[in-house]
Amino acid sequence: MIITVASGKGGTGKTTVAVALAMSLENVQLLDCDVEEPNAHLFLKPSLTEQHDACMPVPAVDLSKCTYCGLCAKFCAYHAIAVIPPSSSDKPGTVLVFDHLCHGCGACVTLCSAGAITERNKAIGTVASGSAGHVRFGNGTLKIGEIMSPALIRKVKAMVEAGRTVIIDAPPGTSCPVIAALRGSDACILVTEPTPFGLNDLVLAVETARELRIPFGVVINRSDIGDGAVKEYCEREAIPVLMEIPFSREIAASASAGVPLVNAFPHYRDEFRYLYGKIQKL
Amino acid sequence: MKLCITSEGTTPDAAVDPRFGRCRYFMIHDTDTGAYEAVENGQAGFSGGAGIQSAQAVAGKGVSAVLTGNVGPNAFQALNAAGIRIYTGVAGTVAEAVRAYAEGKLAATAGPTAGPKSGTR
Repeated sequence: MIITVASGKGGTGKTTVAVALAMSLENVQLLDCDVEEPNAHLFLKPSLTEQHDACMPVPAVDLSKCTYCGLCAKFCAYHAIAVIPPSSSDKPGTVLVFDHLCHGCGACVTLCSAGAITERNKAIGTVASGSAGHVRFGNGTLKIGEIMSPALIRKVKAMVEAGRTVIIDAPPGTSCPVIAALRGSDACILVTEPTPFGLNDLVLAVETARELRIPFGVVINRSDIGDGAVKEYCEREAIPVLMEIPFSREIAASASAGVPLVNAFPHYRDEFRYLYGKIQKL
Repeated sequence: MKLCITSEGTTPDAAVDPRFGRCRYFMIHDTDTGAYEAVENGQAGFSGGAGIQSAQAVAGKGVSAVLTGNVGPNAFQALNAAGIRIYTGVAGTVAEAVRAYAEGKLAATAGPTAGPKSGTR
């Protein structure tokens, strides 16, 4: 079973929940898919035994074969190619490829009847894997300046080990990287907080999970502060509230020290096993 | 020779559009005949790559120079590759820009004058 921990709003406690859930279960793997700023390793402190570059394909143009027909530039959905035909005999044409706009779809390669375009691999980050105690661990780290996090997230998810319960720590928000993390999950936990910001972004996350047809429930963090609007919303929409974690200075202090919730407060292990039982019934 | 002036309208008395990639119109001016042609910028609403595709479109019109307010890094690179000179900081009307160019009052820019996606703001 693949369970993704997501949230519309950042800083609600996704990683706290994902790490605590993974540490409370047996035969489990945690994949940190928040590749723009992975942080689950700060709590799990895994020994990483494997690490390698993650690449995506981008076009390489052989100008000696190019006919300057412009089809590649016209078709590219991300406008990553500019074809400048030769203007006169003394001024040769050129084709510019803007790597950082390319999504690696390969359409230009397929369309080029002159065979002038091939693919080359561009490193966009690294993926690493290892173990922390009984928890199998994997994460991805996007290179600074790169923006194609969905491609890297798919590489991290390629490390899913069949037969294990897999917990995916998703990036915040509801945009492409979150979709890349969520897709293919059997269930989703939406972590939120009882504030107007928390509610606003929870509604967006709920719409996302529904669009992807992934069963989901809500975990309310810092549940005893703020207002009651999140609970009212969940009740109105018949969304199960799977767990509430009250605000506690001690929890915050242990998180700041890099101590996983279930190590600082061992009774939470049972609560997270109970949460897992609820997720299986979503 | 042909000039491209980014414009907010379709006539020579329209204001110069300060953006290159996401300007409303490209006014193509033939300095030999004095004729103007207004070309709507189909790239203005692109979520990405507007400057690149605008540069390609302008190059396709056979222009030698672009007169505009600002140019971003991708458009600068593409215009440069096409051998098109870029004059930034241009304001006023299209006709005034053409006059300033003819009088040699404009200086070609050596690099991009705006960040990526600045035309969307």
